Amino acid sequence: MDIRVQDAPFDLGAESGSFAARQSGMGAVVTFTGIVRNNAAGDLREMMIEHYPGMTEKAIGDIAMEASSRWNLGDVLIIHRYGALAPQEMIMMVATSAPHRSDAFEAAEFLMDFLKSRAPFWKKEVTRESARWVEAKDEDEDALSRWSSGVAD
Amino acid sequence: MNVMYFAWVRERVGRPSEEVETAATTVRELVDELSAREPRYAAAFADPAALRVAVDQQLSDFDAPLENVREVAFFPPMTGG
Repeated sequence: MDIRVQDAPFDLGAESGSFAARQSGMGAVVTFTGIVRNNAAGDLREMMIEHYPGMTEKAIGDIAMEASSRWNLGDVLIIHRYGALAPQEMIMMVATSAPHRSDAFEAAEFLMDFLKSRAPFWKKEVTRESARWVEAKDEDEDALSRWSSGVAD
Repeated sequence: MNVMYFAWVRERVGRPSEEVETAATTVRELVDELSAREPRYAAAFADPAALRVAVDQQLSDFDAPLENVREVAFFPPMTGG
């Protein structure tokens, strides 16, 4: 398990490549990448991402452990950035490996759902005129409930 | 104990963290005590339903006991990913 919380950018190609290259015995690797989406008006200057140093790493570790206990996984890589990010910059990536693809896909989705509303990050949208905290959406919370019954059975 | 604030809670309180001497036995009592101190705390804690709390870096709730707790953090619902 490899968990990194950093302000520096990451190299998606290099990270995906080296992750895939060290998965002996696995048949599938799934990667997800989150990028900074511009707002509806198209005037986003930057996304400020705040986090809770210490708790962030623990919370992500707990989420990754939970995924590893639910699915037959080989390995998990999670990189999540903080600080000021410009539109189209990569915020985060998740990679999972498994003997079979369904485990890798489902675990990656599970990780994303929980990282969104259970890892201590907060986004602030900064435009030329204003700055506002991004509000959590009800559907993000709803997304967690689908994992409460035994999906991995 | 160390009390921390994040995102708009930090902005309303006006600081990221502080040492608080308190006799509060639960998170709720701590919130009430801070709210009574100064209007900026009352503003930050005005809507408890909009707040989340972590006790010693674990997500928790307002009924959580504070015995032997070193760190309490208040923040809005998280928006990671």
